[in-house]
Amino acid sequence: MSGVLELVGSLLTVAFLAQVVRISVPYLLAALGGALCERSGVVDLALEAKLLCGAFAAAVVGHDTGSVALAIVAGAAAGMAVGAVQALWAIRLGADQIVTGVALNLAAYGLTRYLLQVRYGQGANSPRFDGIGAEVWLSPLVWLAALLTAGAIVVVGFTRLGLRLRAAGERPDATAAAGVPVGRTRLVAVLLGSALAGVGGAQLSLSVNGFVAEMSAGRGYVALAAVIMGGWRPAWVAAVCLAFGAAEALQARMQGAGTGLPPELVRLLPYVVALVLLATLRGRGRPPAALGRPE
Amino acid sequence: MSARRWADELAAAAVALLAATAAGSLLMILAGASPLEVWRTLAARTLGDAYGVGQVIFRATPLVLTGLAVAVPLRAGLFNIGGEGQMIAAALACAVVGAALPAGTPAVVALPVVLAVAMVGGGAVGAATGALRAYRGAHEVIVAILLNAILGGVALWLGNEWLFVGDGTRTATVVEGARFGELGLRGSGASWSVLVALAAAAAVGWLELRSTAGHAWRMIGGGPDAARAAGIDVARGRLTALAAGGALAGLAGAHFVLGHKHAFEEGLGRGQGFLGVAVALLAQGRPAAIVLSALVFGALAQGGLGVAELVPKELVDVLQAVVVLVAAATLGRVTTIGGGRR
Repeated sequence: MSGVLELVGSLLTVAFLAQVVRISVPYLLAALGGALCERSGVVDLALEAKLLCGAFAAAVVGHDTGSVALAIVAGAAAGMAVGAVQALWAIRLGADQIVTGVALNLAAYGLTRYLLQVRYGQGANSPRFDGIGAEVWLSPLVWLAALLTAGAIVVVGFTRLGLRLRAAGERPDATAAAGVPVGRTRLVAVLLGSALAGVGGAQLSLSVNGFVAEMSAGRGYVALAAVIMGGWRPAWVAAVCLAFGAAEALQARMQGAGTGLPPELVRLLPYVVALVLLATLRGRGRPPAALGRPE
Repeated sequence: MSARRWADELAAAAVALLAATAAGSLLMILAGASPLEVWRTLAARTLGDAYGVGQVIFRATPLVLTGLAVAVPLRAGLFNIGGEGQMIAAALACAVVGAALPAGTPAVVALPVVLAVAMVGGGAVGAATGALRAYRGAHEVIVAILLNAILGGVALWLGNEWLFVGDGTRTATVVEGARFGELGLRGSGASWSVLVALAAAAAVGWLELRSTAGHAWRMIGGGPDAARAAGIDVARGRLTALAAGGALAGLAGAHFVLGHKHAFEEGLGRGQGFLGVAVALLAQGRPAAIVLSALVFGALAQGGLGVAELVPKELVDVLQAVVVLVAAATLGRVTTIGGGRR
């Protein structure tokens, strides 16, 4: 009983808040990137690949140059590289967007491990370097994430680009008739969203000062669940991501606090929360009408 | 089906394999290896002797089943990425039942029982995913990914708490009668469970072409609105398609328990569910082609180990993904998005 009280007490601290923020950043950036992409009408199942490639590129550049800023840029660029393939497949080739996303994720898992072997001769980790570490309030990435979150909300809701990409996602035919190039609008949305997700990946590797194989660990899929639960509206999506971050931080605390619950099950908390919300929260929002459909 | 369509599909598969060969060669050069030497070694280590062939069959067996597990729901426009979780549930269930059977149970009784348990285990997971999609509008891909993670954790918990014997992460061994014997190809892992895979491919072929369920799946995959107008219960069709897919993945789980490990182990069959996506797409979802496609991927998986001293074995994972990616580009739109009412 005292264990539970201690646990509750530890949740009302700045340290816990910091933990929530640190865990939420990859979810936030990936999910907002996903929202941008999906609002324009392109399904974003490749978030996992963007996180993983972003994490890998950030770790390599961070290790080679020692610069956190360059590492973040590399993360964004890697995310955009994945997004470029995704956009080519979805917009030009008319490929199935769900299958494409899953294929990109599989490719990212294989490619990052392969390059890890080729470059460092190691199967599981990249060499350690001075990244950001567990720092939260002084981390440039955390503040950048806050800025990007606000930016994404403003861009989608209140700018001309936002209006165009929402139109492309709802009524591509009418949008094209109004003289807006649908394909190009979607390309811009996908690339911007992918850059966000790539930065989210950079947070994964920079916050532990190295890349670990498969370190995205399903976060891209959870982020997409957050997009759906947030009804494709960036502000709501951001709120859902913070809730996921809190759930994950809570499970970390519960494992430490010895609540008597089996650790194998406590670890599953974020997934269970996501599944329950997905199953019950219907009607919050509806997908963009032209989601997954080529022009 | 017209000869033209066959030719198109064959061409698409050839393009996918060529692209994978090209991408693979590039990656080999990147790693400082000679592509020619790597490909030659890969061929020699798989098709060169009876052991290599046996290992290819051994690796292809679960891939036939996980490929079918993807192909059947895909007919109905659903993407089954939940093979991993379905395999775990099935493998654990059939290992527990297989170990609980009386020691002298003959194979004619034991095998059908444990196979049925595996199909029910995997099918239940598939049905749950299908129900959430069909009646709650939750996308099957997200649900399945979450379920994969959850089931992996739950299996580990059940094992650690009650089922694992000794200090390891392995359950009790199944009885003699609930095992598939080895094919006897020079000590390779190939077992008679390959017959289960072939029978499943034949059954799926029949189901899709001749049964009312198969007809409903094809109608739904062609367009939910048209299917609804034709009086087909779309929600029910989606549920049964994913349940059937789950049952097939369950048989893949059974292969690892009954034909290989003779128990459930943590991490058993990991990755084979995802690989089924590649197998199914290269075969364009056709059951007979899935057998061939599984052999191709089985050879790649086995060959990847054979060339590990020349290039990192992760190369094979990239090649598999390239095949899926190129197949996606040639296939066009095959899945559907949206809730049960649409």
